[in-house]
Amino acid sequence: MTQTTMRVFKLIFKNTLRHKLRTFLTIMGIAVAIMAFGLLRTFVSAWYAGVTQAAPDRLITRSKISITFTLPLAQKEKIARIPGVEAVTFGTWFGGYYKDPKDFFAQIAFEGPESFTLYPEFIVDTAGLRAFGSERNAAIVGQATMERFGWKVGDAVQLTGMIYPGQWDFVIRGVYTGATDATDISQFLFRWDYIDQRMQQEMPARAGQVGWWVIKIDDPAKAAQISNAVDREFDNSADETLTETEAAFQQSFVAMAGTIIFSLEVISILVIGIILLVAANTMAMTARERISEYAVLKTLGFNGGHILGLVAGESLLIAMLGGGLGLLLMFPLLQGVGAALRAWFPAFPIDPMTYPLAVVSAFAVGILAALFPAWRAIRVSIVDGLRRVG
Amino acid sequence: MGLFLNYSFRSILVRKLTTTLTVLGLGLVVFVFAAVLMLAHGLEETLVETGSPDNVIVVRAAASSETLSIMSRDQAGIVKTQDEIAVDAEGKPLAVSELVVLINLNKRANNDPSNIILRGTTAEAFALRPAVKLTAGVMFTPGTSEVIAGASVAGNFRGCGLGESVQFAGREWQVVGLFDAGGAGFDSELWADVEQVQQAFRRPIYSSVTARMRDATQIPVFKNRLESDPRMTVTVKNEQQFYAEQSRATATFIRVIGLVVSVIFSLGAMIGAMITMYAAVSNRTVEIGTLRAIGFSRGRVLSVFLSEAIWLSLVGGAIGIVAASLMSFVTVSTTNWDTFSELAFGFQLSPQIILGTILFSLAMGLIGGFLPAVRASRARIIESLRAE
Repeated sequence: MTQTTMRVFKLIFKNTLRHKLRTFLTIMGIAVAIMAFGLLRTFVSAWYAGVTQAAPDRLITRSKISITFTLPLAQKEKIARIPGVEAVTFGTWFGGYYKDPKDFFAQIAFEGPESFTLYPEFIVDTAGLRAFGSERNAAIVGQATMERFGWKVGDAVQLTGMIYPGQWDFVIRGVYTGATDATDISQFLFRWDYIDQRMQQEMPARAGQVGWWVIKIDDPAKAAQISNAVDREFDNSADETLTETEAAFQQSFVAMAGTIIFSLEVISILVIGIILLVAANTMAMTARERISEYAVLKTLGFNGGHILGLVAGESLLIAMLGGGLGLLLMFPLLQGVGAALRAWFPAFPIDPMTYPLAVVSAFAVGILAALFPAWRAIRVSIVDGLRRVG
Repeated sequence: MGLFLNYSFRSILVRKLTTTLTVLGLGLVVFVFAAVLMLAHGLEETLVETGSPDNVIVVRAAASSETLSIMSRDQAGIVKTQDEIAVDAEGKPLAVSELVVLINLNKRANNDPSNIILRGTTAEAFALRPAVKLTAGVMFTPGTSEVIAGASVAGNFRGCGLGESVQFAGREWQVVGLFDAGGAGFDSELWADVEQVQQAFRRPIYSSVTARMRDATQIPVFKNRLESDPRMTVTVKNEQQFYAEQSRATATFIRVIGLVVSVIFSLGAMIGAMITMYAAVSNRTVEIGTLRAIGFSRGRVLSVFLSEAIWLSLVGGAIGIVAASLMSFVTVSTTNWDTFSELAFGFQLSPQIILGTILFSLAMGLIGGFLPAVRASRARIIESLRAE
């Protein structure tokens, strides 16, 4: 490293500290924007949480018409006989609410305690599972929903059904937690025979109907083949089916919100634009004020490359400090926002790609913000620079 | 006062690059803020326009959307014979019993599946909803597997254009006509003969009865009688209110996300404005000293710099609003979570949004400019004048 290069580095540090307030504000501005960038990316990955968490050996079979149409219980045995199928269970969407219809959470009727064996990511204590097997109105509830409504194990809760009309009384017998951060721990799970019993009495046409089949297969590589076999089984029957991997099933829900996700992605690019504007503003100001200094440096023998290094180095230093601070502050922010938006996003996992992307963006901003001011600084002739006042 | 505003406005023109960058930053934030509010407003307006204030809709008790509702033929029959319902020229009640189901179709753009509403209906639907007009082709013939498609479904979904055919519920349905509901929710629906829908989906029931009232003031009487009828277990609502309530979850969602994002963005823009204003103050130290020396009070100096920041934010705000208003030409189509079905809606500007956006950008300018303006006002005359 030559002596001049050393001097340039020293100058960069000194220059950065010259306008302490401005440097501090710029760093804060960049930090805020990097946080916003992380937040937006987390919104997007929250949508995909269901897809990324989907087990490769689970298939979901729903009515070919749409998920709102139910399937007859009698299909179970036919599915179980298909080669490659290890286990079959089902879920049924309940669509009710607790006290206020605005407080959304998913309620799903399960076949019984054995349904949990197909969902190893739901961790339930054995006492809860045992009670689920013996009490018809038992419920096992995700930890997030328990906390949200302040419920405790043993509490009696009443839900109002919108799809299955009337009042439904449950007793919470267990809590489930997630195997990973991204596991959905907001569901309210209870026994299907509880609703089916009432349907038999009140609406016989709706008895013996389930929402969707959950199929565990022996080999994920055979997913397509087994899906076809299931659907062929019910082709031209009264209840045609559509079977896909759990990931594809979840993806279809994500696709429904495609426009919203797309806008979030656009906005997360716009936010990088904001950082760029803030950083470029600072660098433009700084370079403008120092034009005469650059002329002095040139007289002393510093060349254009050194001047570029001086401006770009300061810009990069500020951008990277801002980026680093933003990443640090992102954790508490995401935790707070995640807690506030739990009603909409059962899981709020940080996408690991966010970190490298944030660093790369901060780096790019540092370089881009310096380009125009550096170009002006290099171009200015010594005489013009020295002549300039202020 | 005019002199002051002029002085501060011309001051921001002196430093062109810095001013441009700051104004663009503010403009970008204002754009996002306004666009999000416009989107939520557009969704609400679409659903408000879907209903008519003279119509009532009867659904099963507690059902928030028609797809969740089930009514027997008998119940639908009882509703249609109520005296409050208007009659047409032939003396038939202006009421329609419909079966609404969600079907899963693929989008033209990317083949992604999405749910859309299939409405089993009859010709009376057009009499009850005068905004809905057949724009191409013909009405479906009762007793056949013919459908007519709403403008946005026809454009967005495979097989739903005029002359095409679409497969669901084990049948091939011919699209024989297109209708336009002027941007209301019906544009996102397929309509077919209700008897055919009941057969194809093996649901010998209705979802709702929509009726025109002779007189809107009679709605409460009508509502009380039906809701207290032991044979019914139904909810009676004003049609406009019923559909408007279906925008609740999605509109709230858009607003919450949008406001969280805008507030964080605005911090960045305010810091940008603050940097610019601090620089403006330190560049003009001598000027400030001069102003103070010739008798301008601290308060005056403060307000000069504050109004400079406000100019910045107003110009930024104007750019943001103009850019956002261009978004009104954009229509988006996405799933409405309240009904779980695809709905097309646009960005819509309203006077409240313009006002809110102006206040928002003013607030950014005030907050960003306040500390620098305080610094300017506190400058000591002698030292300022002595500065190079």
